[in-house]
Amino acid sequence: MRDLDKAKTIIGDFKDVDGALLECLHAIQAYYGYVPKETVDLMADGFNLSRAEIHGVISYYHDFKTSPQGRIVIRVCQAESCQAMGSRQLSKHVQQKLGVEFGETTSDYSLEAVYCFGNCALSPNIEVNGKLHARVSLDKFDLILQEGVK
Amino acid sequence: MTIIYIPRDTASISMGADDVAIAIAALGADLKEDITIIRNGTWGMTYLEPLVEVDTDQGRVAYGPVTVSDLPSLYEAGFLNGLDHKLCHGLTSEIDYLKNQDRLTFVRAGLIDPLSLSDYIKNDGYKGLENSLKLSKAQIVEEVTLSGLRGRGGAAFPTGIKWNTVRQTEAAQKYICCNADEGDSGTFSDRILMESDPLCLIEGMTIAGLAVGATKGYIYLRSEYPLCKEILTGAIKVARDNNYLGANICGSDKAFDIEIRMGAGSYVCGEETAMLESLEGKRGMVRAKPPLPAHVGLFGAPTVINNVLSLASVPIILAKGGDYYKNFGIGRSRGTIAFQLAGNIKRGGLVEKAFGISLKDLINDFGGGTYSDKAIKAVQVGGPLGAYLGQDNFGLPLDYEAFTEAGAVLGHGGIVVFDETANMRDQALFAFEFCAIESCGKCTPCRIGSIRGAELLKTGTNMQLLQDLCQLMDTSSLCAMGGMTPIPVRSAVKYWPEDFEKSSS
Ligand SMILES: Cc1cc2nc3c(=O)[nH]c(=O)nc-3n(C[C@H](O)[C@H](O)[C@H](O)COP(=O)(O)O)c2cc1C
Ligand code: SF4
Repeated sequence: MRDLDKAKTIIGDFKDVDGALLECLHAIQAYYGYVPKETVDLMADGFNLSRAEIHGVISYYHDFKTSPQGRIVIRVCQAESCQAMGSRQLSKHVQQKLGVEFGETTSDYSLEAVYCFGNCALSPNIEVNGKLHARVSLDKFDLILQEGVK
Repeated sequence: MTIIYIPRDTASISMGADDVAIAIAALGADLKEDITIIRNGTWGMTYLEPLVEVDTDQGRVAYGPVTVSDLPSLYEAGFLNGLDHKLCHGLTSEIDYLKNQDRLTFVRAGLIDPLSLSDYIKNDGYKGLENSLKLSKAQIVEEVTLSGLRGRGGAAFPTGIKWNTVRQTEAAQKYICCNADEGDSGTFSDRILMESDPLCLIEGMTIAGLAVGATKGYIYLRSEYPLCKEILTGAIKVARDNNYLGANICGSDKAFDIEIRMGAGSYVCGEETAMLESLEGKRGMVRAKPPLPAHVGLFGAPTVINNVLSLASVPIILAKGGDYYKNFGIGRSRGTIAFQLAGNIKRGGLVEKAFGISLKDLINDFGGGTYSDKAIKAVQVGGPLGAYLGQDNFGLPLDYEAFTEAGAVLGHGGIVVFDETANMRDQALFAFEFCAIESCGKCTPCRIGSIRGAELLKTGTNMQLLQDLCQLMDTSSLCAMGGMTPIPVRSAVKYWPEDFEKSSS
């Protein structure tokens, strides 16, 4: 396990701010790439909550991950506007191309379903390592992937 | 010197606006042209993004959608002088899509640099706050009540009545919570407002604070909107640095400040009580009502919860008067609503219109029909919990009451178009699946009902059982997540029964 000093600092920053557990979790995840198990005890101490409560919050929200993610994180919108523009077909293509199912992580890829990026006038949308791409045809996806792997 | 506007909004950037900005700056340097680039917000004509504008003596001339590879030919055609090119649309203000709108809430979107306080003030910004500082709490609330403004987040509850309840509730601490969770597919108007005119939201929240006696506001922002966070953070700093937020607003001794809190990918956290739980750092479990949040809200204190656009409509109401706002719209739907044209549509984007326009006019005149050029099969209005409507309903006026009567919802104004290749059974199935994924799990009709509904549609053809399940979810769910999931399902069954005749798997 990596050092926990940063986690301690982050928790120190948030523990006395009203209702800031989610902010704290976001900050921890931004630093470590996920929420390491060891930080749960630290947060329980800092926020004066039980470990079960912290775990409950982490597991409730789709954003929080409890294990490391792939080198390239791909998120594909699965909601109605993108469906109307062929996201079901795109999703199949993406899974085949990567050899990864939604919700899975390999060392190279994490593939996630997302429900709306708020870019619905330009569906279908996908996000690759935080960068949003619009009007993604199957060919455009292949191009994005090539660039991303470089 | 030539001023060039290139929007900095999520949609434009997703189509390459940042690259275009870099390339235009490089072009200017190479050719020794004196160019100043302003990253404005978007006008909401998303189908033209990235929409590059060149300032000329006649006004701003629009080119779009511009890609980096178009720049040599644009330069050759003389776009720096506003000359014609195949991507040229003439003066921005004369483009039909924009000209035919009623821009009240979005009057500055696209026009200004979102982080420029002087741009904001030059274009009527902070007039509403200035007026509010001269009024009593009750007078501010009265103006909002007079305007007829109803919540733009979906439930259409009168904003003035909500504010009055909080105003009249005695407490040492009260809060203003802005619901910026915008989870509905097909909606992006909150995002555009926050990215293109963030000070307008800040002003609206400040006025709300004055009206009810709250000194602290939170913006609950969905995590899928990182650019909004960046721009809002910048705008809050600008407002603080200039005494528009803080302990002494405009030298009035009145205090108000705002903090941004990020959501974490949960749709149901857009439901107001789940949002409060989430803001408190907990799981987003829906609370039973009563007590109303107006009495017992965030951290137990009286709380105003409003959608981004409800709050952003307040500055113009206080600047021009409730009467002015009320003059737009029909029946009990007063003012304007931001429609968002999405899905399979040629000209997708933001259309702010007075209530009362028909679905047909919106989709055809503004939207230009489907992107795929195929016939329209269905249109889902009002997000994932809204009804699917077919051609027979296209004459329906966009008005809260007319929609309720037709068993549909206007919601947050999202309009998602599907062409004839859509299968309505798949869409009904998705409604249940989405509910199963996003259910907070507090009540059984929603938590279990959604899963049973999905099973029914995957494997069976028992329509009676499906109707019974819908009836149960409708009448006995704790919140609208479970309670309204039957709406898209029932509408799909009602208008496209042929899609349900055989099981899909
Ligand atoms: C499942 C669900 C999701 C919701 N999502 C949002 C949302 O993303 N944004 C929003 O403003 N209101 C949303 N609402 C409505 C809120 O509960 C609430 O009515 C609204 O924020 C009140 O503000 P308004 O009166 O200004 O509309 C949602 C409601 C439900 C049941
Ligand atoms: S209807 Fe669904 S989301 Fe709403 S309280 Fe019940 S379980 Fe939670």
